[in-house]
Amino acid sequence: MRKAFIDTLCSLAQQDERIVLLTADLGFLAIEPFRDRFPNRFFNVGVAEQNMIGMTTGLAEAGLRPYAYSIATFASLRPFEFIRNGPVMHKLDVRVVGMGMGFEYGHSGPTHFGVEDVAVMRTLPGITVVIPADYEQTATAIRDTCDVSGPIYYSLGKDDKTLMPGLKGRFELGRIQITRSGSDVAILSMGSISSEVDAAANQLEQVGVHVTVAVVSNFNPNPEHDLVELLKQFSFALTVEAQTISGGLGAFAASVIAANGLPCRLCTLGVRTPPDGTSGNQQERWRKNGLDRGAIVHNVLSMLRIQPAQ
Amino acid sequence: MTESFDAMGLVREGVDPKQMRRIILTQSYRAHVGHIGSCLCVVEILSALYGSVLRAQGPDDPNRDRFVLSKGHAGLALYAALYLKKWISQTQLDTFFADNTLLAVHPEAALQGVDFSSGSLGQGISIAVGAALAARIRQVQRRVFCLISDAECNEGSVWEAAMFAAHHRLSNLQVILDWNRVQAFGRTSDVMDLPNLAERWRTFGWRVSEVDGHSVQALVDSLSSPSDSPSPHLVLARTLFGKGVSYMEKGIPLTQKNLPVEPMNWHYLPMSPEEFELAMDEVERSD
Repeated sequence: MRKAFIDTLCSLAQQDERIVLLTADLGFLAIEPFRDRFPNRFFNVGVAEQNMIGMTTGLAEAGLRPYAYSIATFASLRPFEFIRNGPVMHKLDVRVVGMGMGFEYGHSGPTHFGVEDVAVMRTLPGITVVIPADYEQTATAIRDTCDVSGPIYYSLGKDDKTLMPGLKGRFELGRIQITRSGSDVAILSMGSISSEVDAAANQLEQVGVHVTVAVVSNFNPNPEHDLVELLKQFSFALTVEAQTISGGLGAFAASVIAANGLPCRLCTLGVRTPPDGTSGNQQERWRKNGLDRGAIVHNVLSMLRIQPAQ
Repeated sequence: MTESFDAMGLVREGVDPKQMRRIILTQSYRAHVGHIGSCLCVVEILSALYGSVLRAQGPDDPNRDRFVLSKGHAGLALYAALYLKKWISQTQLDTFFADNTLLAVHPEAALQGVDFSSGSLGQGISIAVGAALAARIRQVQRRVFCLISDAECNEGSVWEAAMFAAHHRLSNLQVILDWNRVQAFGRTSDVMDLPNLAERWRTFGWRVSEVDGHSVQALVDSLSSPSDSPSPHLVLARTLFGKGVSYMEKGIPLTQKNLPVEPMNWHYLPMSPEEFELAMDEVERSD
């Protein structure tokens, strides 16, 4: 999604001179096209995420539209209070871009696991949170939210190759996107793990379980109406996210089910244990945290009280 | 010239330090709230800015110079300046510290005349750096001013901002450092010593001037003097915590006699009726 982000931003910046890109010294072999095309609107602030976000407040107040880029944890957690007291409190059109959500930097170690950014940002009602599932949706989301009033946090993956089947680049604020339909269980997915969810759905179809998959790609405004309309049709639902279990998609779905009195049993898959010092590639991290396609299939079958095939 | 007397009997002309002190004392006494010493010591700095230095047709003038009160706990001093500037009314001023007010202890941008909210130390200077960079990108002559405190330099983010401003030669940025040598829990020399403060900023690439922070003229001269330097400007303003009220300057808690004499007392203490009377009397008798 890095290429999709930068390519889209470049095309937006061509039309909109207010767009400025800041990076905290990250984005090697990714964000150079913007730097080369718009050298006067590109600033590497050095390894200083707090100052980067503070600066976006001053820039946006003057009518510019700054995008601040770093790895997800450094973009969201390190300068969190600067985001809260700056763009959010001042209601400014600042865009914070967190790269490598979930375990995309799995080999880099736990400091680089982007597994809290969505939940943390959701705690601020004044910032829109966008979590695209693939690069096509990234391009649509970056383009369609460019003129949204107020701050936005984008939690992006690095993958510019994998597409979420059935999504076809669709994105709309406050809405969910259904990527496949089936009557037995609804699986809600968020972020770049969505293609793994689709692969699990394929396996479930092979054992006769018909699955609806919905991509939840944004909060604030929350897609509550869509979720109610979807979940009231199901007795069983599962959420999948490469995020800690507190405050992200699973927590949102649970609150929607409870608040609306829906007779739907929910299973939430997410990161439940603190880092144990180990690291590995994204697939391995998904397996380790019970988020891979095998774990998804297993949990769906358990919920439906179907014995997995041996 | 028409003089406009208000409910406090003040003449609202210019941004007079003596009138600012009256307002700070009166409002903080009414609200029974502290941060008095922090407000009193930046009176002349804000008087210089709002009385002379800042170029603005009004609080909503989009081309006005920008000001960030990074040491937000001196918000009442800013409100006093905005009031004397006639940018906020007496009615608004009297809501200081009230329920549902826009005039909290720390300033909010929702209040007309406040360019940026503040209250968490170490953040305002980054905002000022962004504002100064924005002026350069947009090729406008706007200048940006920011008031930080000496203890605020404990925050690492101050130095992130200092590095960026120097590297990018933001000569339209001026930061005034309120060098009062007192912080919330004691003297800066005891809590986190800041020796060679001027040299530190010079080392970071800033043009540094040292001035008497209680001389409006010296401050105006320093902030207005043209310079060929491409560097951002740090004005190291020597100030006295609690300036203008001698028992506060000396750190004497007249009423709470159980407290030791320390300048930091007047960081948080509110005034008793006797203390308020003494303080107002001294300000009235001052030149």
